[in-house]
Amino acid sequence: MTDVKKIATRVSYGETLVELGAEHDDFVVFDADLAEATQTGKFKAAYPDRFFDAGIAEGNMMGLAAGVATTGRVAFASSFAMFAAGRAFEQIRNSIGYPHLNVKIGATHAGISVGEDGATHQCNEDIALMRAVPGMTVVVPADDVEARAATRCAYATDGPFYLRLGRLAAPVINDPDTYEFELGRAIVMREGTDVSIVACGLMVSAALEAAEALAAEGISAEVINMHTIKPLDTETLFASAAKTGRVVTVEEHSVIGGLGEAVCAALCEHAPVPVKRVGVQDVYGESGPALDLLDKYGLNAEGIASAVREVLA
Amino acid sequence: MRDEELIKVANDVRKGIVAGVHAAKAGHPGGSLGAADIITYLYFEEMNIDPADPRRADRDRFVLSKGHCAPALYAALAHRGFFPVDDLLTLRHIGSHLQGHPNMNDTPGVDMSTGSLGQGISAATGMALAAKHWGDSYRTFCLLGDGEIEEGQVWEAAMFAGNHHLDNLVLIVDHNGLQIDGTIEEVNSAMPITNKFEAFGFEVIELADGNDMAQVRAAFDAARAAAGTGKPVCIVAETVKGKGVSFMENQAGWHGKAPNDEQFAVAMSDLASIEAGFSQEA
Repeated sequence: MTDVKKIATRVSYGETLVELGAEHDDFVVFDADLAEATQTGKFKAAYPDRFFDAGIAEGNMMGLAAGVATTGRVAFASSFAMFAAGRAFEQIRNSIGYPHLNVKIGATHAGISVGEDGATHQCNEDIALMRAVPGMTVVVPADDVEARAATRCAYATDGPFYLRLGRLAAPVINDPDTYEFELGRAIVMREGTDVSIVACGLMVSAALEAAEALAAEGISAEVINMHTIKPLDTETLFASAAKTGRVVTVEEHSVIGGLGEAVCAALCEHAPVPVKRVGVQDVYGESGPALDLLDKYGLNAEGIASAVREVLA
Repeated sequence: MRDEELIKVANDVRKGIVAGVHAAKAGHPGGSLGAADIITYLYFEEMNIDPADPRRADRDRFVLSKGHCAPALYAALAHRGFFPVDDLLTLRHIGSHLQGHPNMNDTPGVDMSTGSLGQGISAATGMALAAKHWGDSYRTFCLLGDGEIEEGQVWEAAMFAGNHHLDNLVLIVDHNGLQIDGTIEEVNSAMPITNKFEAFGFEVIELADGNDMAQVRAAFDAARAAAGTGKPVCIVAETVKGKGVSFMENQAGWHGKAPNDEQFAVAMSDLASIEAGFSQEA
């Protein structure tokens, strides 16, 4: 897939904020001294009076955003996933989640593909933290097309919203002319009959690659893009699991508390089938080039394909 | 409202606090009683609010950053007509709209959900910022504890408010000198409070007796006069924790404990005596 166009979802987020800024004047954007990296700097350049830098104070930033939202307006708040979902977890939980305020958390640099910055900056726990907050919507866009749509959806959707975005340029796998984003509605990217690969974010393109490789071995894999982790689209999940009887989940996140466990919980209670979870196996990451790290931690087509072989064995 | 009337209302608010906490068999009477005069002044004199339309867009906002003093806020709201005074006896009961700490979606008149210390000030700062940004006329008031300001987030918010010249924001630090584990000096004092807020760009007003209605009025008049200076205001109010109930005054032990039936009777009798004093004066 070397000739495929690649764009980091954080870039799509920043550019979409600028578009939204031209359409609506009832929202502001906060950042915590990472505007260039999170790409909210694009919004700052376009609408300097509607952008506020909280400085390196993520907890306060979430509270500021909550205060703005109490007035009936919308506030976006951005930082790295580690410092948004991690550092400011309790502010998000108590000042945004509990009062169900219209704060949209644009968390970038999620997962191990942060790369060289290493373990302190590689947040593999944010999906777990955010999906545990009652009333929080959690979306992990797979590519540029989806991230743009999800950002618009965050603005338009009532209540707290966590948007998980990446640093690494991700292959564009959706066609902007035909793509439709529906919150809480998974997308079957490829149909199959032997196994269901349920992925999110950067791992959707890897899952499609894996399905292609598996097809050559005579294994028919269905690939589901579960862009909304919460609320989870159990309808699509159960239908696929009923058809294939085997599920592999794939996420650039800990296998604890993320997409894999959300899928397992839903399947266990309603439609049990064997599941194998691909993700970060309860360890910290490390420094290195993002693609090398993804390979080392098995978060690539090969890792997914071997999990599929295991679950079918 | 004249000071004499406000003093009577504050005494009713204190009765509501004691009755609520007694009925709940839990809660925070000490800080609530100490802050009763300031909260009464805000809701009956200072703030532009409408009990018939609690969410009116141009209303002044109040954020109880020290959310555990909810009994005082609830009593003031009830007496101001936001909901029936009888509701105060449902405090902390299952199904009641009066949660242990305030929730804006449950209780009419509550502007922000608080309780986890250090967070309310950030929301209040966000409200003040929104007013500046969209040209709204409302003012935002926020009450903090002197123990609460040990939280780092308080200073993150203060830094932001000062740097953004939010002169539509009025903080009140309820300086009663006590927190759960003892005096603020014994625990981990944030003193000197005044100099710190000045350093963060605030106009600081020292309120020598935050339980004296005339002095409370003078402090809020001074805060009003500071609007337009480009500086947020911080009123540092000396108060007596447990004020009005003899055995609770200045006792850290009454931070988060409910009176038993006997103690409740003494407390209500203390407040009745204070009330009797008013009629003699009148």
